[in-house]
Amino acid sequence: MTRPGDLSHHTLSVLVEDKAGVLARVADLFARRGYNIVSLAVAPTNDHRFSRITIVVDVESAPLEQIVKQLFKLINVVEIQELSPNASVERELMIATVRSAQDRSQIVELVDIFEAKILAVSKDRLTVSLEGHPSKVDDFEELLRDYGIDDVQRTGRIALPKIGNTPAKVRAE
Amino acid sequence: MTRLNGAQALIKSLEHEGVEVIFGYPGGAILPVYDPIIDSTIRHILVRHEQGAGHAAEGYAHATGRPGVCMVTSGPAATNIVTPLADAMLDSVPMVCITGQVALAAIGTDAFQECDTTGITRSITKHNFLVTRAEDIPGTIKAAFYIATSGRPGPVLVDIPKNIVDANNPDAYFDFDYESANFDLPGYSPSVDPDLDLVDAAAKLIVDAVRPVLYVGGGVLKSRGAEALGELVELTGIPVVTTLMARGAFPDRHELCLGMPGMHGNYTAVNAMQKSDLLIALGSRFDDRITGRLGGFAPDAKVIHIDIDPAEHGKVRRPDVAIAADCRLATEALISALKTKGYPSSSTDISSWRSTLSGWQEMFPLTYEQSVDGELLKPQYVIERLRDLSPKDTIVTSGVGQHQMFASQYWEFNYPYTWINSGGLGTMGFSIPAAVGAKAGMPDRTVWSIDGDGCFQMTAQELVTASKERIPIKVALLNNAYLGMVKQWQDMFYDERLSEVHLSHDLPDYVKWAEAMGCVAFRVESPEEVDEVINKANAINDRPVVVEFRCVNSEKVFPMVPAGGSNEDLIVDPSQREVQARIRSASSESSSS
Repeated sequence: MTRPGDLSHHTLSVLVEDKAGVLARVADLFARRGYNIVSLAVAPTNDHRFSRITIVVDVESAPLEQIVKQLFKLINVVEIQELSPNASVERELMIATVRSAQDRSQIVELVDIFEAKILAVSKDRLTVSLEGHPSKVDDFEELLRDYGIDDVQRTGRIALPKIGNTPAKVRAE
Repeated sequence: MTRLNGAQALIKSLEHEGVEVIFGYPGGAILPVYDPIIDSTIRHILVRHEQGAGHAAEGYAHATGRPGVCMVTSGPAATNIVTPLADAMLDSVPMVCITGQVALAAIGTDAFQECDTTGITRSITKHNFLVTRAEDIPGTIKAAFYIATSGRPGPVLVDIPKNIVDANNPDAYFDFDYESANFDLPGYSPSVDPDLDLVDAAAKLIVDAVRPVLYVGGGVLKSRGAEALGELVELTGIPVVTTLMARGAFPDRHELCLGMPGMHGNYTAVNAMQKSDLLIALGSRFDDRITGRLGGFAPDAKVIHIDIDPAEHGKVRRPDVAIAADCRLATEALISALKTKGYPSSSTDISSWRSTLSGWQEMFPLTYEQSVDGELLKPQYVIERLRDLSPKDTIVTSGVGQHQMFASQYWEFNYPYTWINSGGLGTMGFSIPAAVGAKAGMPDRTVWSIDGDGCFQMTAQELVTASKERIPIKVALLNNAYLGMVKQWQDMFYDERLSEVHLSHDLPDYVKWAEAMGCVAFRVESPEEVDEVINKANAINDRPVVVEFRCVNSEKVFPMVPAGGSNEDLIVDPSQREVQARIRSASSESSSS
């Protein structure tokens, strides 16, 4: 199973015009050319004209260079940065509801170790949240799985370049 | 500044863009826009099917170099024009397509004749717009023309809801001033000028190449680069292959023109690429019909890839030097770089390569057997006679199939923009509407649509358009009563098990049908009649002509690279197979010794 935290995946930070249908154009392109999206997060930027789409792509499905160049052909794509794991800070948020009838204390201990949070408690369930590096989130999810996860939702990765480490803006050539 | 409603503003915007002709078809949602057309200087050509409007706009663009414009209503009209949009996308044809849309308030309600036009056409347009305010129309039209014609050209669709062009809607009025209409495309700045360091690197490869080939594609025509290409060839003496999209970019009669490569390319063009040590790809994209099985394609060749679309670099074949630039500008830069290097005196001698190629040309010309007595016509013969009896600068359009390949092979293309066909998408029925568009754009030129009987039946209705609008195109219908190319594949690769490929020589009666559509029509069944009828057809200039040439059904297009095969597996004409076998065994002996 591919997981968002896999180091083999590449993260693209795609600045797009904030216009109707832009996300559909990006999604369409990936579907049409057979590129796999591992995760995708979209949000406005501090400039109201633009949104940022953070896409984790599976480079096994196509060379990153082709993906970037094809993305650039979309008229509404303004800028693309490739964020390599060691030159960027990456975060992801996960919330999960775990069965805790038997082992609640063990789960609480894990929550402590990972500096996660408990959001809701019932007699036999705990809803926990963890914000952190995607690989840490992977590890936490993996450990929770042993207790039985009822429901899990992850946001997909968001990332920014490390301060003082401006990644090459991937130009179209 | 004038106060206009959206419909008036749309037509005025098109006038400002220099549009001469709109190919279109009215209907519910686009109705308001058809009112100001009455008062416009723009000629509107009423087609008989929306697909015809799209292909006519493409034919116009191919022939004139100016963007083709088509306009249709919403829903089924928009879906009918999907095929031409996809066609224009794959062949990089500059085109602006305007579609009506239901009123903004009705979008999303499954209203009458509503469909998600921008959604449906997203992946088959270079870009599309849904305009939501009347005052955005001028800027959007300006942007649409800019996008369609700059960088790698392509189709742009502008979807216009009915309410913003409705003369009864007070909100649809605004102060129109095209000059100051603006658009903002922060993410679009196509690269045009070549990087001179890369040009220099390319020049170095050319200087050292022993078996170079210029692999010329449609980009040379799109960039108006044929003249620069001619200079480059004169300077370097490098032989040229012209792909299906580039026929005419370099004159076939030139001794360095090897003709068309690819699946039905001639022996010399195919093998020149295979044995080359340097492919100079100019506005070509290593299409699968050119490369055959990729693993076996031009194994020893280094590649210089010049294309304005950087995404083409490395998409199929990794280039040694990639130049993202306009083909004409890059070719000109290459010429000066080579001259600076003292070319040609400083370069490797390629004369032995050239004599190898001319040897192949002598051994493997395109060939076919003439009809024997009582036999119907050979399609190749018909095309040769058309070629020799028509004006030198005749524009030829074609549909898709055997007739297309024969036309590309047997016509002699000596001028750019004289060959118009559907290369990438392979759209049957392209020929007649494209001919209508080409003739509308180039009224002084002879336009022959070379068509097959399958294709003819897909879009023949546009002959009514041609008659009504007095656009005197000529159609050479090569009627072999079969879907010839599909039959060829079934003959060759499905043990001659013919499945659903038989049409009929007589049904429909093409002469009656053509006459019913207002054309002059002839039927030719024997070689002796061919010249006389072609001369008659060429002499008619006041209405369209259809000549039905009754052809044999047994002809196959050779040479042929079998589907999925490597270019090394090229099947030549039966009469040349012995020679080919001798060459193969000689070369395998020399490589094993």
